Amino acid sequence: MCTYLTEKLAVEGSGKGAAGWFGLTEATVYFDHPQHARAEHTLNIDFLNPGQGASARVAVELTAGSARALAAAIESALSSVPPGLV
Amino acid sequence: MYDVMMAETISITGHGGDQIEAYLARPLGPGRYGGVVVIHHMPGYDEGTKEITRKFAAHGYLALCPNLHYREAPGASPDDAAAASRAQGGVPDDRLVGDVAGAVAFLRAMPASNGKAGTIGYCSGGRQSFLAACSLPLDAAVDCYGAFVVGSPPEGMPLKVGPIVHLAKDLSCPLLGLFGDDDSYPSPDQVAELDKALTEAGKPHEFHSYEGAGHAFFNVNRPSYRPEAAMDGWQKIWDFYGRYLAG
Repeated sequence: MCTYLTEKLAVEGSGKGAAGWFGLTEATVYFDHPQHARAEHTLNIDFLNPGQGASARVAVELTAGSARALAAAIESALSSVPPGLV
Repeated sequence: MYDVMMAETISITGHGGDQIEAYLARPLGPGRYGGVVVIHHMPGYDEGTKEITRKFAAHGYLALCPNLHYREAPGASPDDAAAASRAQGGVPDDRLVGDVAGAVAFLRAMPASNGKAGTIGYCSGGRQSFLAACSLPLDAAVDCYGAFVVGSPPEGMPLKVGPIVHLAKDLSCPLLGLFGDDDSYPSPDQVAELDKALTEAGKPHEFHSYEGAGHAFFNVNRPSYRPEAAMDGWQKIWDFYGRYLAG
């Protein structure tokens, strides 16, 4: 199926795309058909900066299990940060 | 049999008079041919869709695939353009109709045109093929597992896609629908609802739903490919277009 599901959020930070590093302004998160991964559906994240054109994009396509593991690892890493840094 | 064909990237006039990119494939033999507007899926104006466009030319149709994401990302790779379009809410319905109208006008104005033109679309393009056929005077339309002709995406999503089954009364031409029994968008119940709406509106249509196939069963590049359903589906398309577009 095409789920059409799309979460969109503003982000601050940088990403490295095909043309090198660039500042990020937004991200979309969706569970839908991948372009490349060998699965029918994947959790896809696009890190974007529309102001720099459509090619200012860092993309990942993760299996659902990998995406959940990543989300948990992000939470774990942030919760381990010494007080005062976040 | 003289079977030379040509395929090239061109510029056409789309919605609002915008110049947009499009991929044209056409037989070069003598005679007149029907026109097919190929509406690409949500992942974009990609190699697979261009291959489909050439397949129509090889079968004797003037085939034109407009790049529906061109405005968001001129010159970008198809996947980047699709991501940009998605982030901006997808292709607006009125713009889609304008772009297909431009593609149809281009095809009908070609010296080799027989004056007939139809549409075919896959996935999101299936819904858009139905939308175009309810909005423009066409000769035939094919909807390959288009989601959200019936039903709505979940609340709160930025994509501007809504149900359009109420347009069934405006359908301008015969519609061929090809679906998978295992699909959820559209589900068999949604396919049945569209079938019923078209029947009640007195609109000619023929629907086929394949056992053991889900969404995107035509897509040879994905694990969803189902050869038996796809091969039979292609035969259904050649038969349908043969009746309404060819000659």
